[in-house]
Amino acid sequence: MSKLKTKESIIDSDIKRKYKLQAEGVKVFYDDFMAIKGIDMSIKANKVTAFIGPSGCGKSTFLRLFNRMNDYVDGFRMEGKITIDGGNIYKKKINVEQLRKQVGMVFQKPNPFPKSIFENVAYGLKIQGIKDKRFLQEKVEESLKQVALWDEVKDGLNKSALALSGGQQQRLCIARTLAVEPSVILMDEPTSALDPLSTAKIEELIYELKKEYTIVIVTHNMQQASRVSDYTAFFYMGELIEYDQTKKIFTNPEKQQTENYITGRFG
Amino acid sequence: MNNIRKNRWKDQAFKVWGIACTLLGLVLLVIFIGSVIVDGLQRIDWDFITSLPSRKAERAGIFTALMGSVWVLVLTTIIALPVGIAAAIYLEEYAKKNRLSSLLEVNISNLAGVPSIIYGLLGLEIFVRIMQMGASVLAGSFTLALLILPIVIVSTREAIKAVPKSVRDASFALGASKWQTVSRQLLPASFGGILTGIILALSRAVGETAPLIVIGALTYVPFAPSSPMDEFSVLPIQIFNWISRPQHGFEVNAAAAIIVLLSITFLMNGIAVYFRNKWQKKLK
Repeated sequence: MSKLKTKESIIDSDIKRKYKLQAEGVKVFYDDFMAIKGIDMSIKANKVTAFIGPSGCGKSTFLRLFNRMNDYVDGFRMEGKITIDGGNIYKKKINVEQLRKQVGMVFQKPNPFPKSIFENVAYGLKIQGIKDKRFLQEKVEESLKQVALWDEVKDGLNKSALALSGGQQQRLCIARTLAVEPSVILMDEPTSALDPLSTAKIEELIYELKKEYTIVIVTHNMQQASRVSDYTAFFYMGELIEYDQTKKIFTNPEKQQTENYITGRFG
Repeated sequence: MNNIRKNRWKDQAFKVWGIACTLLGLVLLVIFIGSVIVDGLQRIDWDFITSLPSRKAERAGIFTALMGSVWVLVLTTIIALPVGIAAAIYLEEYAKKNRLSSLLEVNISNLAGVPSIIYGLLGLEIFVRIMQMGASVLAGSFTLALLILPIVIVSTREAIKAVPKSVRDASFALGASKWQTVSRQLLPASFGGILTGIILALSRAVGETAPLIVIGALTYVPFAPSSPMDEFSVLPIQIFNWISRPQHGFEVNAAAAIIVLLSITFLMNGIAVYFRNKWQKKLK
């Protein structure tokens, strides 16, 4: 596996693309309903990009395009092109399982498996066929340390993950995602079910993680977007209204709609 | 004021009526079990369980029927389990939600309501005659497997459905295939529920009489079956046989056999309840 990784990273550095993720003319339909109405967007590597907008504006749907999680939704249909490192992820022969190892996802509600803490983190590696116990143990420890959960759980790795607090569970879910070494992490309102203290911990973590990962985060919390992200995209009614540096969006937005939204006049 | 009193009275009246209705079934069951125990308990001993059938009531035992029931139960499990669980997984996780799949669903529910004697006729034609199994344990087991298949499928689907969607999402998002998600997450998480459904289905199968009589299970078999192709009898048929005899001694035998059969059923239901409770605790 490590061989494969180095090969990939050589190709990556060869291409040396400025943009990690790109969307071209993307439209999404659920049966007859058009949820995304033609979006072009380029997302930079090793940055945090925040998606904001009122409920139902299509930001979560758009996020889930990057790891093809919409594939399971009944009536889902997509037009346009989405690329990661220049490769189209919606072409016919793509291996969706392989794609999802490269693009991790953290969900709105912490969703650990009803298994032990160890099994939760090791799951992504085990399904790749990795059985080496030493390797798994090292990887679990490393991942839990990355999310600053190791010290809290190291004495009870065999305890059920469901016994952890909500904030701990969400950090566990992030650790589980990191263990398979993705290059992109998608976060769908990762702190909306957490208390302020746990939220602060996750935000700190996001700040740390962007050194190694490209992070896209959907959030309903304006302060969070302004705190953690480098770029912010404002979505409204299935369209990308404005997309710029976070500082610019929050201090001097181009569009009136954006200003109305971030100042809390609607949405 | 008057209205409130009237409502309260209605409330009380319904409560009493409700208790009476609840107790009705229970009281009848207790009376039945009580009378069976009075009649049959003194007849149950080790000899009764290990003796072969006999023309003399006091020497007859249930050994062949009991062994027949055990054979049928084991073979039915082996046949119905993989088929039922696989069908449930397919319907729940793989099948696209369209007209065809909802047609399948409706018909599986319909199958659960088909009278068991119809399954007996089906088994007689297909297993006994066309597949030439004869009136064997195997033919009986296939017939009963068909009979409980809808129950197994429905209860397995319910158990799989009870696993939160977030578990599927998490598994897929980590790069798991559908089969990995099913085998490593959904089945372990729904194991207790699936087991409960299967045990309840089997406890129904162990009491079935009509379909087995139709396929030709015998009321008198001299020896316990030693292979799936042997002739057989089962406990309910043995009970049926004894009750239809004129001598009082066989009536006592029947009562004793009923106690054994009921014990098996209650035990299986008890195990099912135990697993269900344990599983529910685990999910919370």
